[in-house]
Amino acid sequence: MSSPQAPEPTDHVAAKHAATSSATATEATKPTAICIRCRSLNSWYGDFQALHSVELDIPENRVTAFIGPSGCGKSTLLRWFNRMNDTIPSARADGEITLDGENVLDPRCDVVDLRRRVGMVFQKPNPFPKSIFDNVAYGPRLHRRYSRNDLAALVEQSLRRAAIWDEVKDRLDQSALGLSGGQQQRLCIARAIAIGPEVLLMDEPCSALDPRSTAAIEDLIRNLRDQYTIVIVTHNMQQAARVSDRTAFFYNGALIESNETDMIFTNPGHRETEDYVSGRFG
Amino acid sequence: MNQPNPASRHFQGLIERGTSRRSAARVRVDRAFSLACLGITLIAVLALVILLASILIEGASGLSWSFIQNYASRIPDQAGIKAPLFGSIWVASICAIVALPVGVATAVYLEEFAAKNRFTNFLRINISNLAGVPSIVYGILGLTLFVRMFGLFGPVQNPAFEVGGETFAIYYDSMGEPLRVPVADRNETPRLVTGSIGYMQDIFDGPDGELIFTNDWSPIPLTIVNADADFSPAYGVITVDNAVEPIDFEIEKSWYYVQFPFGQTVLAGGLTLMLVVLPVVIISSQEALRSVPGSLRAGSMAMGATRLQTVWKVTLPASIPMIMTGAILAMSRAIGEAAPILVLGVALFITDVPQNLMDAFTVLPMQIYNWTSRPQEEFRALAATGIIVLLGVLLAFNAIAILIRQKFSRPLQ
Repeated sequence: MSSPQAPEPTDHVAAKHAATSSATATEATKPTAICIRCRSLNSWYGDFQALHSVELDIPENRVTAFIGPSGCGKSTLLRWFNRMNDTIPSARADGEITLDGENVLDPRCDVVDLRRRVGMVFQKPNPFPKSIFDNVAYGPRLHRRYSRNDLAALVEQSLRRAAIWDEVKDRLDQSALGLSGGQQQRLCIARAIAIGPEVLLMDEPCSALDPRSTAAIEDLIRNLRDQYTIVIVTHNMQQAARVSDRTAFFYNGALIESNETDMIFTNPGHRETEDYVSGRFG
Repeated sequence: MNQPNPASRHFQGLIERGTSRRSAARVRVDRAFSLACLGITLIAVLALVILLASILIEGASGLSWSFIQNYASRIPDQAGIKAPLFGSIWVASICAIVALPVGVATAVYLEEFAAKNRFTNFLRINISNLAGVPSIVYGILGLTLFVRMFGLFGPVQNPAFEVGGETFAIYYDSMGEPLRVPVADRNETPRLVTGSIGYMQDIFDGPDGELIFTNDWSPIPLTIVNADADFSPAYGVITVDNAVEPIDFEIEKSWYYVQFPFGQTVLAGGLTLMLVVLPVVIISSQEALRSVPGSLRAGSMAMGATRLQTVWKVTLPASIPMIMTGAILAMSRAIGEAAPILVLGVALFITDVPQNLMDAFTVLPMQIYNWTSRPQEEFRALAATGIIVLLGVLLAFNAIAILIRQKFSRPLQ
């Protein structure tokens, strides 16, 4: 695992494909830029090393899934992308995470701006104890001043993108806590995309939801892929297989393997990956 | 497979080794315990009921509009509770206005901003300790800190710093009436000359021939005469030997009058009570902030909110019902406190409602204490009536607390 597994073969094929038939060049297979780049990333909680020299590229406008057993470091890595680990006093990291050429781990990095560009959805739906409207308007109001009409339009667009508008449009002024768990999670996604992020981080977004809500969220993730770079941490391998384009497998704080999702599941390059995805452990 | 293995048999043996307890006996003990608990609870409730009943029986008859409207008096029938009632309201308001922002800000700092290190741990432990300090100790602190200000600004009667007050020197004229002469400050002895202006209190003849003094002062020309001169007593006439040293100084206070040191004033009383309730307000606000789930903070921070924005828009609004409940319960404690006010040395016989922060005052528990310590039976009844008023004020405060909690917590459901 010394060198990153950049999606070169795919890109190559796509380039050829585009050359031969320009009519289908707008397919999802067109070459994608790298959005987030991790280089020799180490991370500690106090004395415990949670991540060991991770090298990983996350392609733009793709869904990347992080899988691996509990405590393998996948959530830690995710939380470095928007520096949420800053809230844990003992957490520190060295190495590099670059987002559009800017090192996220640099102490001079503007965390507020970073988090505006990198939205996050948490494991448990965490809507604020405010109205549905105010939940979605919360983020935009933090960063800019909006006229009443613009804000209303922005809230509506965000809720539509999160596929929850039809369910809540008649009760925008009611408490968000009255929604079901699945609706709350979609509201949180709407809230996250209302500030116009480039990247959406999802930390096991479906683990607290029933199968039906999970299916709704997964549909949503597939639809959002065109506009956002999505990184999703999941314990559920079927979910990774269903929603992600690429999958990264972590084990004991190390990135074992990252590749196209179907490669990981059908033809893993490492013994540990094979054991994990075939359900032999984890 | 059918043979139980020896380890498992040994385990089963261990479980069965104890002598069995009779189930019926255990249920009986359980029931008896619950009855005993009920009995003990009833003792506390019964004590409260007896207390309330005895106070109502003794004091309810004295409860009337005139009791609320009248000031202190030597005659029990005319004595009322207006001054201490308004004094308590003033003091509690000052206490709330200062203690709430200071307490909440401290709690926000300790819970949301301060790093968890030895220093902040030390602060936390000491705030908990302060909550247990007897209120009379805070009274002594308030006396030195607010009433006297460590003597840094001179004695209470002659403060070094005054703003917003008009100072008058008091003389008695040849009719024996007090006369006020404006002076720049209390250190100045005016050199009185004939023709300068003095002020005399307006006096009316009452219907029964009694003189009625008002609080209005009318300008009057001064006439200074030699002591040996032959003159007939008249208003505004002062003999030369009486015109040297004023009898006293009097301050006419505007609404913004402030003096350092504060003296035994409403402001000093309110701030002293603030010291008493501040640790309680801090601790209850800390509890309230701690009860806000961390996931809400994380959600806010993840959207690029700063810590201040998170506190202001998420954490505080979510914890306001609990903060207000704690604060108002602390306020009702402040209203019931007599000890710290007693230590300040406030006057007991107050015949006016405070008009500004630098007026003398008394509070309900002080007045009740004063009445109970009188020998006459009538004053004891008055004390009981005063207790009813005090309890009424406390119940009103608690009702407000419940209303606020319900109003703010509705959108949280």
